[in-house]
Amino acid sequence: MTAGTGAGTKVGTGAGSARRHHLGSTEIVYLALVGILVIAGVLVAVRGGNLFAQGNVSYMLTQTSLLGFVAVGQTLVVLCRSLDLSVGYVVALCSLIGATTMAGDPSRVWLGVVAALAVAAGVGLVNGLIISALRVNAFIATLGMGLIVKGFLDTRFKGPEGEVPLAFQTFGYTRIGPVPVSTIVMLLVAAAAFVLLTRTRAGYHMFAVGGNLDVARLSGVRTGRTLVLAHVLCSLCAGVAGLLIAARFGTGNALVYSYGLDLDSIAAVVLGGTLLFGGRGSVVGTVGGVAILAVLDTAFNVLDVNPFFKDVLRGVIIIAAVALYARRQIDPASRRVRFGTKGSAARGGDVA
Amino acid sequence: MTLTAETSRSTARQWRERLLSGGSWTVLALLVVVLVVIVVINPSFAEPVSLMAFAKKAAPLVVLAVGQYFVIVSGEFDLSVGSLVGAQVVIAARLMDGDEALTWPVLGLMLVFGLLVGLVNGLVTTLLRVPSFITTLGMMLVLFGAIRLWTGGAPTGALSESFRVLGRKGFPDVPGQFQVPYALLVALVVVGFAVLLMRRPFGRSLVAAGDNAVATAYSGASVWWLRTRAFLLSSFLATVAAVLIGGFAGVTAQVGQGLEFMAITAVVLGGVALGGGRGTVVAAMVGALALEALFTLFNQLALPSTIRPAVQGVIIIVAVAYAARRRRT
Repeated sequence: MTAGTGAGTKVGTGAGSARRHHLGSTEIVYLALVGILVIAGVLVAVRGGNLFAQGNVSYMLTQTSLLGFVAVGQTLVVLCRSLDLSVGYVVALCSLIGATTMAGDPSRVWLGVVAALAVAAGVGLVNGLIISALRVNAFIATLGMGLIVKGFLDTRFKGPEGEVPLAFQTFGYTRIGPVPVSTIVMLLVAAAAFVLLTRTRAGYHMFAVGGNLDVARLSGVRTGRTLVLAHVLCSLCAGVAGLLIAARFGTGNALVYSYGLDLDSIAAVVLGGTLLFGGRGSVVGTVGGVAILAVLDTAFNVLDVNPFFKDVLRGVIIIAAVALYARRQIDPASRRVRFGTKGSAARGGDVA
Repeated sequence: MTLTAETSRSTARQWRERLLSGGSWTVLALLVVVLVVIVVINPSFAEPVSLMAFAKKAAPLVVLAVGQYFVIVSGEFDLSVGSLVGAQVVIAARLMDGDEALTWPVLGLMLVFGLLVGLVNGLVTTLLRVPSFITTLGMMLVLFGAIRLWTGGAPTGALSESFRVLGRKGFPDVPGQFQVPYALLVALVVVGFAVLLMRRPFGRSLVAAGDNAVATAYSGASVWWLRTRAFLLSSFLATVAAVLIGGFAGVTAQVGQGLEFMAITAVVLGGVALGGGRGTVVAAMVGALALEALFTLFNQLALPSTIRPAVQGVIIIVAVAYAARRRRT
């Protein structure tokens, strides 16, 4: 049932009269998106531009795809009250593995894709096992894993390496009308995650694990497996983002990890109304959060805002948005147990 | 005779349990092991001059770790300290521009700015109920962008000589001689102050708030003000660390980058639980020293600088996994 209420707008609004008078968080995300689109559109129009010109729209959609992959994966782990700070490094790693495996040979495209995704899944598996079996706090585990991958990347690759055949570069550049193929793929991945979370047992288990680990375990959920699955899927999504980077650049590039995708993706997830403490949220909201960030980015570009001022605005908007949701989402049970108390403090709580 | 043998054996066992328990004593053991390995590789490290140089280098991280400890033990995070350190150094350099007369006014301004950042972090987290991860992440973005916006991308100006004394000089101030760095004294004062503070009602309630905020609220403490004060302390100590780092290393565009994760790592290495309510401030300090010692060890081993993050990653995962394994039983 936790799964149902958290999972989507449909169930949320139908849940009864008590909920009817205030909106679900997903609706707010999309209202905010519309609001920002209108404000940005007006601001751009005042300057004599058109935010909705085809070039701008496709730039906007292109922006959504890269962060979108990472954020959809991040949603799954955040729902389990975990988080993944290694995604940025996984993206860089997979772009390099994909590009070096393909080595410019069109017949090796599939090999490259499979190799990159296999490595990504491996990293996610290790993350998940460290967190669930060794009981290391997710923050530390994935931060450490990120550092390990960073060390490997910096030592092994000195610069851009590998070559992506033209056939695969189309994944980065092809558009259908104004819509890039990569965005469509991202939406398909998001749809798959949506189905996973709202229609399958594994998805319900993720909500249960994030809502309350101990209750989930006592109810017969294999919490360890669920966490591992979430982390593997999260890393896989990051791997797809890495392949997208490789397709756009034509080579793999280690410096992608400095894009700040890890923190950005967490910001997008939380902007999308998913509770950072797990158990509530939706992929639909995350896609909205990603879209908000992309619209902001495009509007700043069109308005020619100083890039440093963009950072300031982004920081303020993220905090303000989350403050808005926080007012309606808080319930004492989800606030009391903080981050990463899975291993130690939660246990202490049992004894006390 | 047998009695003393018996008791000494049981004390020995107690100590072994303490050292292997995965808590504060384990990180102390780790620190000692790393220091011994460094001395074995490079005996000159044991000389007072090298040890003092090590202390000088480690002092800022110790100060930051103590600040981060307050926030973490109360159940929150402060990701903004790294960019706050960077911002403070750049602000100081730009405002004083090498002018000795401006040193004290600028220090005062830095203090006010630091406390303001801490206040905003604390109030947004506690009153607006934004998770501190997001609050301080946003603050990090804001500070990062605002400072570069203000300086046009590259830091300008210079720090005055008297500003740099704390981070660079020592006592007695004779070059080439043995000296106790001022940075070490600052770090000791900070740690001493923090230990006293944690024994006061404030410290006890802070740990309680991290362990169980609801129970703490019911027992009459105002949790929001406790946590806000923790953020204030963290930002204040980040300002102190900025003075030390600015003095030690001068002004660069990268100053402070990644320090927040270093400080959190140090605190966690000291056995302080993320999520609050567990761990001591001395352990956080030892964690910072152990982390700094590891970096020194990497230098001694002449590890390629690129592989260091990987080794660091392995060590923090193993250390935390070890601690978690013990606590479970």
